[in-house]
Amino acid sequence: MNNFTDFQSQPPLLEVNNLETAFEIDGEWHNAVDNVSFQVKPKQVIGVVGESGCGKSVMSLSIMKLLPKGIGKIRNGDIKFNGKNLEKLNDKEMNKVRGKDIAMIFQEPMTSLNPVFTIGFQLSEALHNHFNISKQDARKKVIHLLDKVGISRPEKVVDEYPHQLSGGMRQRVIIAMAIACEPKLLIADEPTTALDVTVQAQILELLQELQTTNDMAIILITHDLGVVAETCHEVIVMYAGEVVEQTDVVTLFESPKHPYTQLLMQSIPRMDQEEEVLASIEGIVPSLKNMPRQGCKFVDRCPKAMDECRSITPQLKESSPGHGVKCLLYESSWEQEGMKAK
Amino acid sequence: MSNVVDIQHKEQSPPLPSNQETLLEVKDLKTYYPVKGGFFRRTVGHVKAVDGVSFSLKKGETLGLVGESGCGKSTAGRTILKLLKPSGGRITFDGEDITNIRGSRLRERRKDFQMVFQDPYASLNPMQMVGDIISEPIKNYYPRKKAKDIKQEVMELLNRVGLPEDAYHKYAHEFSGGQRQRIGIARALALKPKLIIADEPVSALDVSVQSQVLNLLNELQDDFNLTYLFIAHDLSVVKHMSDHIGIMYLGHIVEIADKKSIYEEPLHPYTQALISAVPEPNPKKKKERIVLKGDVPSPENPPSGCPFHTRCPVAVDKCSTIKPELKEVKPGRKVACILVD
Ligand SMILES: Nc1ncnc2c1ncn2[C@@H]1O[C@H](COP(=O)(O)OP(=O)(O)OP(=O)(O)O)[C@@H](O)[C@H]1O
Ligand SMILES: Nc1ncnc2c1ncn2[C@@H]1O[C@H](COP(=O)(O)OP(=O)(O)O)[C@@H](O)[C@H]1O
Ligand code: SF4
Ligand code: SF4
Ligand SMILES: [Mg+2]
Ligand SMILES: [Mg+2]
Repeated sequence: MNNFTDFQSQPPLLEVNNLETAFEIDGEWHNAVDNVSFQVKPKQVIGVVGESGCGKSVMSLSIMKLLPKGIGKIRNGDIKFNGKNLEKLNDKEMNKVRGKDIAMIFQEPMTSLNPVFTIGFQLSEALHNHFNISKQDARKKVIHLLDKVGISRPEKVVDEYPHQLSGGMRQRVIIAMAIACEPKLLIADEPTTALDVTVQAQILELLQELQTTNDMAIILITHDLGVVAETCHEVIVMYAGEVVEQTDVVTLFESPKHPYTQLLMQSIPRMDQEEEVLASIEGIVPSLKNMPRQGCKFVDRCPKAMDECRSITPQLKESSPGHGVKCLLYESSWEQEGMKAK
Repeated sequence: MSNVVDIQHKEQSPPLPSNQETLLEVKDLKTYYPVKGGFFRRTVGHVKAVDGVSFSLKKGETLGLVGESGCGKSTAGRTILKLLKPSGGRITFDGEDITNIRGSRLRERRKDFQMVFQDPYASLNPMQMVGDIISEPIKNYYPRKKAKDIKQEVMELLNRVGLPEDAYHKYAHEFSGGQRQRIGIARALALKPKLIIADEPVSALDVSVQSQVLNLLNELQDDFNLTYLFIAHDLSVVKHMSDHIGIMYLGHIVEIADKKSIYEEPLHPYTQALISAVPEPNPKKKKERIVLKGDVPSPENPPSGCPFHTRCPVAVDKCSTIKPELKEVKPGRKVACILVD
């Protein structure tokens, strides 16, 4: 997917501005997603990386307006799809957007398929929700979809139940369900994490194919930097609910700037290198209740932390054109100060 | 396809001198799970989870076992630890044939081989105090040891695996995944074992925490001269940890060699596909990828001939009838494929 079309000039398909999503814990609201802004252009593949608990899934649930009712809510910001503000839509209107404009593959694969219904039944449901289509036509379309996602013997699988399929086939069915109505944006939350590398390769190849044939943009959430490098145009690095770095994939891997991104990259063993000791990030992502209120949220784990990192909150700023970094090392007079980061 | 079996491989340097003692030798190991069926719940077939696995492991070394889920890695590990009864073959540990030992002799030997499990959440009792979790094996084996001495040992272990001293009085559920894996490692070390079988010890962890645990396992290996059988499905992780690597497919080892050869010049078509499928964190590198079709066949009803022939991109007619033996194709390298010799 690393074909570098010029995305700059196009109007955005999805626009997220200053998104704040909070959960209520012991009577207090805490931001799980904090002031996140980004855009997705048509046909663009955006990767979202970061450790467990950094807010990746909450961010996608916010876009889909699928936050657990009463416990989680969007406190601030807006989300626009094709210029249309999703915030203003009621449940019924949002249902129309879901599946047809934006579809999502959820992190827990088994929860997406109902074990008591056949594959055919579940896929035609997805079609009936959005199209006026006869039973026979739906069945035909389902078989076509299964074929499209690379399932052999689709006429047989259509009448089978989820437990009769392997993990890789189930994930293909889930993808078939997501693309049934040809959405323009697919949010895929860890779509290959539970799969073996060989099956992962099949699924990534499939997503790549769909992205071109269906002109579909993808937000790909993953913890696997290899997957990001091979499939994404642009990457967002999240830490503690915030975007800490954002740039195109080549720049990110060639000159990562944020200390968090740098450590993430050095902590993975690589096939093409020998390393004696891997870098590690001491400590863990702070829980929502223990999030620092002021200063940089990464300060307790950052090897480059300075005194002012506890008091001054860094802003996401362009350190070079198209390369945003949220770290005091690169702020204001970053041309001189940036030396420190070396 | 140029990147498939290259039969005229170039000369390569001989593998490392192997003068260390062998700690573990496994010969033609088989573990079959019975499949029950019918009205009388009779055995109607077998899942051949491990079907003729052989390798040997020298003291202080690490052998990595990789392969897709269900290929028999965990079953092999558990059989070697005598947690499962082998259906055939021989296991020699530290010069002793342990295949059929039982009772007190088995109990005595168990001190020498320990396991670290995949899921740090499931493998520890969340309501047990960390001090008790780690001291339990010591109390079991040395009931007359003084409580004070045991506590001293546990404190040293905590310290060694990088946990704070006050962890002793906390419960397992109060710790993060990485810390729980450290607790599991401390427990495995408590009886000063010679061999540790680590079954997917970092698969459940975040990359940042994963690297901490991998570094720890490497340090401990040097400090205590431990021998590891390291089971994982992540090839980059296995490469980082291992001296030798065995590639498993459907209960068989299809290729085994030193890690450099495996990664730089894989010979078996399955190894080649597996390595080509690993996404690398380098957006400029264009990888020639071999995407395998279909799924792993069921080990209850494995294919005839070469177990890989249903998915092998270079299979020839006779692959479905002739079962290739794992044989040495050059010093220190064994491959099971009729096209490689
Ligand atoms: N229903 C909920 N109630 C309260 N807090 C929640 C809820 N869902 C998520 N959170 C919190 O929000 C933060 C972000 O969680 P999120 O699931 O988005 O992380 P993630 O980046 O997707 O992690 P992973 O890589 O593990 O999937 C975490 O601190 C999490 O504990
Ligand atoms: N307790 C069991 N009973 C029956 N079959 C089992 C059992 N445990 C594992 N198997 C089967 O044995 C094969 C090998 O499994 P396993 O050793 O767990 O593979 P791996 O660890 O490589 O993923 C699989 O087909 C699995 O379904
Ligand atoms: S602002 Fe300070 S603490 Fe935060 S990442 Fe930059 S150097 Fe580290
Ligand atoms: S024996 Fe045949 S099927 Fe098996 S790996 Fe070799 S070429 Fe492929
Ligand atoms: Mg998530
Ligand atoms: Mg296993």
